[in-house]
Amino acid sequence: MAYVAIADRDHHLHDPQTFVTKYIWSQDHKVIAIQYGSVAILVGLVALGLSLLMRLQIGFPETFSFITPYSYYQFVTMHGMIMVIYLLTALFLGGFGNYLIPLMCGARDMVFPYMNMLSFWVYFLSVIVLIASFFVPGGPTGAGWTLYPPQAIAEGTSGVDWGIVLMLVSLAIFIVAFTMGGLNYVTTVLQARCRGMTLMRMPLSVWGIFIATILGLFAFPALLVAAIMLLLDRAIGTSFFMPALISMGTQTGNDGGSPILFQHLFWFFGHPEVYIVALPAFGIVSDLLATHARKNIFGYRMMVWAIVAIGVLSFVVWAHHMYVSGMNPYFGFFFATTTLIIAVPTAIKVYNWILTLWRGDIHFTLPMLWACGFIFTFVHGGLTGLFLGNVTVDLPLSDTYFVIGHFHMVMGVSPVMVLFGAIYHWFPKMTGKMANETLGKIHFWMTFLGTYAIYLPMHYLGILGMPRRYYAYGNTEVLPESGVIVNQGITIAAIIVAVAQLIFLVNVFYSLKKGKPAEENPWRATTLEWQTPDTPPKHGNWGPKLPVVYRWAYDYSVPGADRDFIPQNEPPREAKA
Amino acid sequence: MALAVVIVLLVAGSLIFHFASPWYFTPLASNWSAVDFTVGVTFWVTGIVFVAVNLFTAYCLIKYRHRKAHRAHYEPESKKLEISLTAITAVGVAAMLTPGLFVWGDFVRVPEDAMVVEALAKQWHWSYRFPGSDGKLGRTDVRHMTVDNPFGLDPNDPAGQDDILVANPVLHLPVDRPIHLLLRSSDVLHNFAVPQFRAKMDAVPGMVTYQWFTPTRVGTYELLCEELCGIAHFAMRGRVVVDPFADFESWLAEQPTFAETAARPMGDPQSGAATYAVCSACHGAQGEGNPQLNAPKIAGQEAWYLKRQIRLYQQGIRGTDPRDPYGMQMAPMANTLTTEQALADVAAYIESLPDRPAEPTVSGNAARGRTLYQTCAGCHGRDGRGIWSTNAPRLAGMSDWYLKRQLEYFRDGVRGAHADDLYGLQMAMMAASLRDERAIDDVIAYINSL
Repeated sequence: MAYVAIADRDHHLHDPQTFVTKYIWSQDHKVIAIQYGSVAILVGLVALGLSLLMRLQIGFPETFSFITPYSYYQFVTMHGMIMVIYLLTALFLGGFGNYLIPLMCGARDMVFPYMNMLSFWVYFLSVIVLIASFFVPGGPTGAGWTLYPPQAIAEGTSGVDWGIVLMLVSLAIFIVAFTMGGLNYVTTVLQARCRGMTLMRMPLSVWGIFIATILGLFAFPALLVAAIMLLLDRAIGTSFFMPALISMGTQTGNDGGSPILFQHLFWFFGHPEVYIVALPAFGIVSDLLATHARKNIFGYRMMVWAIVAIGVLSFVVWAHHMYVSGMNPYFGFFFATTTLIIAVPTAIKVYNWILTLWRGDIHFTLPMLWACGFIFTFVHGGLTGLFLGNVTVDLPLSDTYFVIGHFHMVMGVSPVMVLFGAIYHWFPKMTGKMANETLGKIHFWMTFLGTYAIYLPMHYLGILGMPRRYYAYGNTEVLPESGVIVNQGITIAAIIVAVAQLIFLVNVFYSLKKGKPAEENPWRATTLEWQTPDTPPKHGNWGPKLPVVYRWAYDYSVPGADRDFIPQNEPPREAKA
Repeated sequence: MALAVVIVLLVAGSLIFHFASPWYFTPLASNWSAVDFTVGVTFWVTGIVFVAVNLFTAYCLIKYRHRKAHRAHYEPESKKLEISLTAITAVGVAAMLTPGLFVWGDFVRVPEDAMVVEALAKQWHWSYRFPGSDGKLGRTDVRHMTVDNPFGLDPNDPAGQDDILVANPVLHLPVDRPIHLLLRSSDVLHNFAVPQFRAKMDAVPGMVTYQWFTPTRVGTYELLCEELCGIAHFAMRGRVVVDPFADFESWLAEQPTFAETAARPMGDPQSGAATYAVCSACHGAQGEGNPQLNAPKIAGQEAWYLKRQIRLYQQGIRGTDPRDPYGMQMAPMANTLTTEQALADVAAYIESLPDRPAEPTVSGNAARGRTLYQTCAGCHGRDGRGIWSTNAPRLAGMSDWYLKRQLEYFRDGVRGAHADDLYGLQMAMMAASLRDERAIDDVIAYINSL
């Protein structure tokens, strides 16, 4: 059994000896997961703060003297970039990917623990470079998170001196980090599953993370080359993306480059990136729903193939971000069709989540609240995606607040719902303590209702014609007096939601110190991570002997069984007898 | 339980919000009712799914909540159910996609009889070009672009000589005529969007893009840039005026051709000197300005800017607000420059005057002003030298007390509020980011240090 040998090998070699090897230069996937997660959440808080600054300006223009157009676009850019790349990607893959893959697959660690450690520290370096851009002359770039040239590197945009350079360098470093982590995750899933853990017995969390990682490995190189080419355009005056143009009244001397080429490269990465974030969320939420509804996930095989299908299709839809970019408009037919086709496997996933609740035995635990909240926000965000994916419908809506509303519902709020659900779900395993339920519920309700109050009205402001990325609107017919008031309301809701996230932080620290001690398997879950000999699991995860898997991950409420769940490593009855 | 109730309330609330809120499309003013139709279809299909899925979820949450001695049903999958749901979804998707593709087919194919108009986008303003009597637009190249040839027309292309140039963000179009709008940019990405037309497209440097529409309602519409194009993106406004055909034609007839703009008189400083005598009474013999007479320094100011301001005074766009008494003094003086030649001459003479930095009179915190000036630098340049392509006059070394007064005017709607002063409107929007007097003083203190 070659795979067992790989999973089980050399676990003595890297047993941590000192504080430094245990918590800093750790090669334990669980510690690395928490390192990844903590840094991601920390930098995410910065991005949250930036979003509040933006909202203060939109809600109460001409009020705050430190929010100038120059700084506003910096807030916009850094908020978007941090949230998408440095928070969501890092937390789902570096955080949950790291934590869950070995535990759920029954491995002792990642296949390459040393590279795993490097992955985190390189990620950390990318965050340092990113944050450094706040402190350089001219500040961070204000080019918008899409960094479209020529604007991103042309005078007249915030942070063209240093900000954009650090941004591109940081992205390149991040991609190095991701590649090291990603190769690890994929190899571990393929090579280090314990005996009996066939691919079609893997929990959907692992499937989601696995496919998302493969997407990342294919998609990030496109961003890497785009970043390097843009860096060359900026630093040594090449013209990859720069046609002949006039900047600040003078010819730049560029010639022949194509701004649209950058957009193709960016979105060839950028669209799969949506699913790099969404697929782990899809997978994790499936497991949360099944566990807390005490029911097998409905249509497991369909769910797996839907993840794979979405993954494949996600590479042929990128130009739906570019319908009005000036690319050949005939592309619109192709990309609208592929984009709407992707709605089918996505809808299947939604149906199957709900059908998992159907005839279930639903426990309204904290993770379940977040998971159900996710269904609502994702249905909303997914459906508005059908507007923007359909080329004609996109025409009046693109570049308006409808787009902001849509992608925040589908890519901001929805994955975050899953993240919090997942954190509350695995908190007992990670820390040995239960998270405080009351604080968690307050956190949920404020976040769930608050975010809807933020984003629902935005769609309508967008239909009205309110353009995105405007520092101020002035006297304009697209934003009537009522719209101004709505914008104030949105800002207040945003502040409330931000406060709710502080409650989350309080909960984490409070529960770490004073939380109820967790049982080994408080949710009575089937998957392997709840079957470890220790909670939290020790280095090497499984004690002397690797688990053996006999069944799929969803044996909940099996008729005739004495309990309402059967762990994956429980042998079939006849074998026991 | 609570969750199920909240989900039902959210669904009901969303529906009420949709039907009762005042925010929906602005009234259509183009032929693209089909676009609105596809949006409507999408709303119905997605709306039904939204309600059905969420109500079913709420039902499950109530019906199958945990109770004692209740156990979940064990059913790994149901082929029949999954296939039928997939089929229904596919039908719904097709119902939205099909009309969308047909309408897009219309959008990408421009009618043959459409009138060609070109919009040229620059940081951060619009200008327009019509083909002229030969019906053909002349060749252009960014390399030809200068302050005197802002459209970058090839001077050697005969087809370009009769092109009609509108160096102004206000575009007039005839009603009920299909418009084939070509889009060009000389610097970064921009986007030509009129919400009432429902159509939009990016302008991309290095290439020509297009969109088409038929304006169907006479009226004035706001033109917005909807692709982030730098610091002043939000202030890049224009206007589309849809006229009855006759009005449109007479407007077009007033616009100069390329040949005419190229033949505009060169200024002669010698004859300008005589005309300047009138100006010197207030602005000083060397154009150095005179704070006692409220006359700013004009020596060293960009000639194109001086000429534009004189024209604004002449047209009653500046110097008519009673809150601006000094502007009202200037207006009759501007009117003494009765011919293009006189204007060009006096501008040429002012250009020849020696340029010495004006005496600073405003004090403030230059370090803080430096941060604020980052925004200003986007148009006026880091050194405050003034930049023709962004319509930004020189600031450095000019009369700071005048600068302060103008910033206050912009902020208070004294200047830049006139409907025909779109560049002024832009500055008014930027000036609003200087929230108080201290901010103005600080930024001027920094400009004084340049």
